[in-house]
Amino acid sequence: MAEKKKSWKEIPIGGKITEAGNAEQYKTGSWRTFRPEKNEKKCINCLFCWIYCPDSSIKVKDSKMDGFDYEHCKGCGICASICPVKCIDMVKE
Amino acid sequence: MAKSKMIPFTGDQAVAYAMKQIEPDVVAAYPITPQTEIVMNFSNYVANGQVQTEMIPVESEHSAMSACVGAAAAGARTMTATSANGLALMWEIVYIAASTRLPMVMPVVNRALSGPINIHCDHSDTMGARDSGWIQIYCENAQEVYENTILAVRIAEHKKILLPVMVCQDGFITSHGVEGVALLDDKKVKDFIGEYNIENPLLDVDNPVTYGPLDLQDYYFEHKRQQSEAMKNALIAIPEVLNEFEKTFGTKYEFIEKYKLDDAEVAIVAMSSTAGTVKFVVDELRQKGIKAGLLRPRIFRPFPKEKIVQALKNIKAVAILDRSESFSAEGGPLYTEIKSGLYDSDIKPLVTNYIYGLGGRDIFPEDIKKVYKDLEEILSKKKVINPLNYLGSRE
Repeated sequence: MAEKKKSWKEIPIGGKITEAGNAEQYKTGSWRTFRPEKNEKKCINCLFCWIYCPDSSIKVKDSKMDGFDYEHCKGCGICASICPVKCIDMVKE
Repeated sequence: MAKSKMIPFTGDQAVAYAMKQIEPDVVAAYPITPQTEIVMNFSNYVANGQVQTEMIPVESEHSAMSACVGAAAAGARTMTATSANGLALMWEIVYIAASTRLPMVMPVVNRALSGPINIHCDHSDTMGARDSGWIQIYCENAQEVYENTILAVRIAEHKKILLPVMVCQDGFITSHGVEGVALLDDKKVKDFIGEYNIENPLLDVDNPVTYGPLDLQDYYFEHKRQQSEAMKNALIAIPEVLNEFEKTFGTKYEFIEKYKLDDAEVAIVAMSSTAGTVKFVVDELRQKGIKAGLLRPRIFRPFPKEKIVQALKNIKAVAILDRSESFSAEGGPLYTEIKSGLYDSDIKPLVTNYIYGLGGRDIFPEDIKKVYKDLEEILSKKKVINPLNYLGSRE
């Protein structure tokens, strides 16, 4: 998180973002107090967590739940709350 | 002279005509007295097919400025116009236009801000917006409003500036008074303003950009710093545009206008149409041997401190006339800014302030003569007794 911040001379004027999709570079994982963790055995890959995650932090591979993007997950706990089989636990960081 | 013909125009008609010649891509505006005739006349040009401008009739000034921000970000040359309470309703977006660095032009017909409600001239509307990040030009007459509306396009779009510009004229006095206006040639105006090319327009779908994202503790300050630097750049870049205008059209505009000031002992500082009345009185006083002069700041933002201080350096007593009250209990905005500018100067004239003409209260030559008489008295006593005066208000 300690990347060197740019001076006023180095950034586009007017607060414009001139690079598409660079929100990914903004790491928000450190905001988290509780971390979601998945119980692999219980998960039925319904992907409700993927639908509900407000920060696109549920990874999906081959149509299956593939863990969390901890660089962007803010630990809101919506995934744990919405999970129909309660396979996600929120663990204190 | 490139001026083709003289036409009887009100200030509002002059602005509408300038807009016709500029032919912006988008105009989003809401009518309000005394700016109404600008929107009305320009709408006629649109309805008659004389311009190809996309005219957006909005439901409020807040929407007008919002539509302008969107249009300007999309890459359109954009204009609007307003007065008083309309400007007040735009407020939120006025700041956003400047901070997003969108170079639009907004003629403002100066009118008293409510309340109590009043439709006549004073500068409380634009003076309130003096810290919004817009460039502000104050015009004395219809000719100046006409030419400066055209000039403003180039100033706003200058690569080193990229800030929106207000072109101010006095409500009713200038906006509705008919004067002869020498018109500029259509093609020359088009050539002078040139094509509008913004960097990173929203409509460039091959190079997607984001306008107006959240900007918190880590970068907001840097963006504000950029705005400060743009205003400083404007002090240097505006003369380039003014010089080019003079070369093309023959009229020389500067940050300030000096009228019989160089050898003056007493001087009035006044903006917009009142300067005309002051010039009339200066001529009279000069015939009587009184060394009176006038300084008229034309551009208030950026504040041309060096030029003003330089112009006042030989003056012994100066009266600064403010057509708005800042309620700082320390005088009007023009007064406080000039006084703060003089702090750095080695030579400090005796300075006094007159708030005048609020809500359209007429300012007569007799009022101006009284100010010069007060200045003579200040000069003889070598001291300012009343720094804050209310010219024309009943005691």
